[in-house]
Parts: sequence; C-alpha cells; structure tokens
Amino acid sequence: MSSAMINLILQATLDTLYMVGVSGVIATLLGVPLGVLLYATRPGQIIAMPVANQALSIVTNVGRSIPFIILMVAIIPFTRMLVGTSIGINAASVPLTIAAIPFVARLVEGALNEVSPGLIEAAQAMGATPWQIVRKVLLPEARGGIITGLTITAVTLVSYSAMAGAVGGGGLGDLGIRYGYNRFNPMIMLITVIILVVMVQGFQSLGDYLVRRSDRK
Amino acid sequence: MIELSNVSKTYGSGADAVHALRDVDLHIPEGRIHGVIGLSGAGKSTLIRCVNLLERPTAGSVTVNGQEMTRLARPALNQARHRIGMIFQHFNLLTTRNVFDNVALPLELMGHKRASLQQRVLPLLKLVGLDDKVQQFPAQLSGGQKQRVAIARALASEPAVLLCDEATSALDPQTTGSILELLRDINHTLGITILLITHEMEVVKSICHRVSLISDGRLVEDAEVGDFFTAPATQLGRVFLNDFLQLSPPQELVNRLEDTPDARTHPVVRLTFSGDAVATPLISRLARECGVDVSILQAKVESIQERTLGLMIAELLGTQAQTEQAMRYLESHDLKVEVLGHVQRDD
Repeated sequence: MSSAMINLILQATLDTLYMVGVSGVIATLLGVPLGVLLYATRPGQIIAMPVANQALSIVTNVGRSIPFIILMVAIIPFTRMLVGTSIGINAASVPLTIAAIPFVARLVEGALNEVSPGLIEAAQAMGATPWQIVRKVLLPEARGGIITGLTITAVTLVSYSAMAGAVGGGGLGDLGIRYGYNRFNPMIMLITVIILVVMVQGFQSLGDYLVRRSDRK
Repeated sequence: MIELSNVSKTYGSGADAVHALRDVDLHIPEGRIHGVIGLSGAGKSTLIRCVNLLERPTAGSVTVNGQEMTRLARPALNQARHRIGMIFQHFNLLTTRNVFDNVALPLELMGHKRASLQQRVLPLLKLVGLDDKVQQFPAQLSGGQKQRVAIARALASEPAVLLCDEATSALDPQTTGSILELLRDINHTLGITILLITHEMEVVKSICHRVSLISDGRLVEDAEVGDFFTAPATQLGRVFLNDFLQLSPPQELVNRLEDTPDARTHPVVRLTFSGDAVATPLISRLARECGVDVSILQAKVESIQERTLGLMIAELLGTQAQTEQAMRYLESHDLKVEVLGHVQRDD
C-alpha cells in the first residue's frame, strides 16, 4: 500500500475521532442537562412543571425520530450559518451534535429513573434544594448509568459519522465508500471496517472501565 | 415540640378521593418518644411525612420547634428541615458515598466547609458505634449498620426532632433491639424528641413514652404506653394488644365454652393486672377468703416502661356463689376480670 494511501487512512481516522469527539462532548454538555430537566420537571418530581415537561419531551422525540441522513441535509442552512460551510468535518459535526443531544438526554433520563426515589426523599427531608438534589444525589447516584449511556452515544456517533460522507464530511465512512466501494478497493474497505471495529471496542472498554470505577453497589 | 392540629390529607378529589388523614390532632412535648401504631394503609406514612412537609397537608397546621411549617415558604422550609432529622425503613443511604460522606451530606447541604466536617462526623460515628467503618460503602454494611449510619446522618445537623419511619421494620429482632436501644440513648443523652411510626407493638413497648393508634386516617386512641398496654380503650387497641401478648385460650377449651352459667359449669376468666396487684399473692388469698380454687391455664408477665403487666387465663373452681364472690374480690383489688365463658366440670 502506498504511503499516500496510509496517510489518507490516518487522516480519515483522525477526522472520525474529531467528529465523534466534538459532537460527543457538546452533546454531553447539552444533553445531560436536558435529560435532568426531562426527569426533574415531571409531575411529582423535584421541580415539577408538567407543561414544560411535555414540551421538552415532544421536542426530544422529534429530534430522535428524524433519520440522521435526512437531518444532516435538512439543517444545511443552519450548519452554514454556524460554521460558514456545509462540507468538511466541522460541518458534519453540527448534525452529529444535534442528533446526539436528544439521544443523550433520553439515556440520562433513563439512568436517573434507576435512582431510588427514597434517596430523593431523604435529601428533601434534609432540606436539600432541587439543585442540591441534582448535584449531590441524582448525578452521583446515576453516574454509572450515565457513563453507560455516553458510551452508547459514542458508539452510535462513530456509526453516524460514516454517513457524514454523504455531505462531504470526511472520515472513515467516507473513505470506505469513495475508495473501497466506488473504486472497488476491497483492501481499503476492510481496513476501514477494522479501524472502526477497534475504535468501537476502545470506546466500549473505556466506558466499561469507568462504569466499574464509579459503581459501588 | 411537635404540634399537629386538624391535619387532613386527601389525595385526588370527588368520588376518587382518598382520605389518608382525617382531622388529626397530635401534641408531642419536648424530649418525649411518641409512637404511632397502625396497620398498613392506616395513614402512618402520610402522618409522619406531614410533620416535615414531605407531604403537604390538605388542611390543618403543623408546628415543629415553634415554627408553623405549613406557613413557611420554600427556603425557610428547607432551613426548618435542617432541625428535623429523619430515618427510613430502607435506610436511603447514597450508594456512591462512603460512611463518612453519607453522614457529612446534611452538613454539606447546609454549606459547612469541607475542613470542618471531620470534627462533626467522627464523634457521630463514635456515638452510633461505627468509628471503625468510616471508609466503608453502604453495600459493605449489614442492615443494622446501615441504619446506624442513617441515624448518624440524621443527627449531623443537630436536629431537635427525629422522625423514624418504620426504622426497624426491615431488621431482624436482635438488630431491632440494638437500634431501639440506640434511639433511646439518643433521646436520653441529647434530649431529642422522637416521633416514630411502626406496626410493631414491640417497638412501642420498648421505647415509647406515649402511643397513638391510627386507623383509617384517624387517631382513635392516644395514651401513655403503660395505660395502653394495661387497658386499651378501643377494640383495635385490644386486637393489637392480644396479638402482641398472644394470650388467648387454647382452641380445645374455646370449643367447650358455653355462654351461660349453670350449676354444672365453672367460669373461665381473663385477668389483667398491673401495678401493686402484681406483687400481691391474690391467687392464694382467693382460696383462703372465697374458698375458690384457681386452675391457671395461661399466664404472662410483661414489664412496660416502669410498670408491670400481668395476664392470666384461669378457670375458677367453686360454687356459683363462690366464684361470683371471687370475681368481685379480684375487681376490688384493681384486676380487670373478663369472663370468656363457662366450661363443664370434669368430674
């Protein structure tokens, strides 16, 4: 294999990591609070706001139901406004982030559901404010579940990022399609797939390790 | 110290309304241990949660530490809750915090500096006997140890009142005993007022000063523990007491009981005696003074607070006139005499 080819593969790997990293981090920063809000604004919960909860839930569901490839194309004007272009890895990171936020939010909400309501009641009895309950009880107690959710998100983003090639996004998926499929180079296709498998394995192992470390049950 | 007046709590409305509490009045003076006993679904949980407003009463007022809780706005309510500790049936410890950090939690919530936590938390762990478990996590502790951590946590904010929500119901009898002893010590040494809810008479008997009986959301009986155990005023109170004492005549005897006396039967009586009567040799005197022999079928002596309670099921052997005189004699010595029925002589 030529060194040009190796460089291409390296660059594509870095691009994929970049897209997954940027969208994963931003989606975590926005998705975790959204997940907490989805949980905490439910009727009977610590900051019960049933109407706001319904609205958030609908928005989240809409975000979750649009197929990624359509979302990517549909928000091109928004992407252009945000990063000045609609092609390249920065542009691809925008729809990846938008898709990942509601995904993270629902997984975080699910992790919070696993926290025993008795713990919230105990904290309330101690005079904890809703914010203190979130910070000192809910997030620490759900930490294992949240990390599991973020791991699933990272793996999903790796797979979504492969579709980013459709809008000139770059990365391993793009490489696999353009060189492996369009130019009939099964070697490139195989290498792309192997790197993706290793990457997913890496994310999963890291996630599992972090969950084990945070789990005291 | 704790004052509930006309407290009602209704869930839902209209035809579906569930009345968890109806017009509850409860007054608990400082330093006392007050028990509320009732069957499941009677409203015990709702009652105790109305004290710190985890449940907001639909009507009525709740005053704790001289503050009318029901009038407090959110920030003031949280402040007031710092002065009310609470422990739970299932302990509710944070699984991701070790023993030290669990006990430190209420202090953190109150804004204590990290550095000052040590001098507050360690003496509490010593008090509950867990100073060797500081770094352990709840999953590594037994049920009794978890409840001890929960007690230390509840005491961390130096509350004037401690609420115990079925605190021993998930524990075995031996551990229950040691937790109750700890609660009594805390009440004694720190002067904390304790309100506890339970379905176990044993808990009431061993640590409470006063007890209320709750049924269908109403407090139907409210008495000093000694009085409640010697003479419950309500039918439900008697059911609880008899279940607890497990003193009912043997089935074989019950089958032979007849309602009306005649010349060929003896009365079978249940005698309840307390105070001085326990120390008096009444049974032998019966034989001497009334010519009645007593055949004891079952007997039990319990000591409740500083009082002794005796229970006996006995057959009185003598002529009808003699046994009637014997019963009057017993009643004149402050024994409670209940005639359960009459049995045929064996001769």
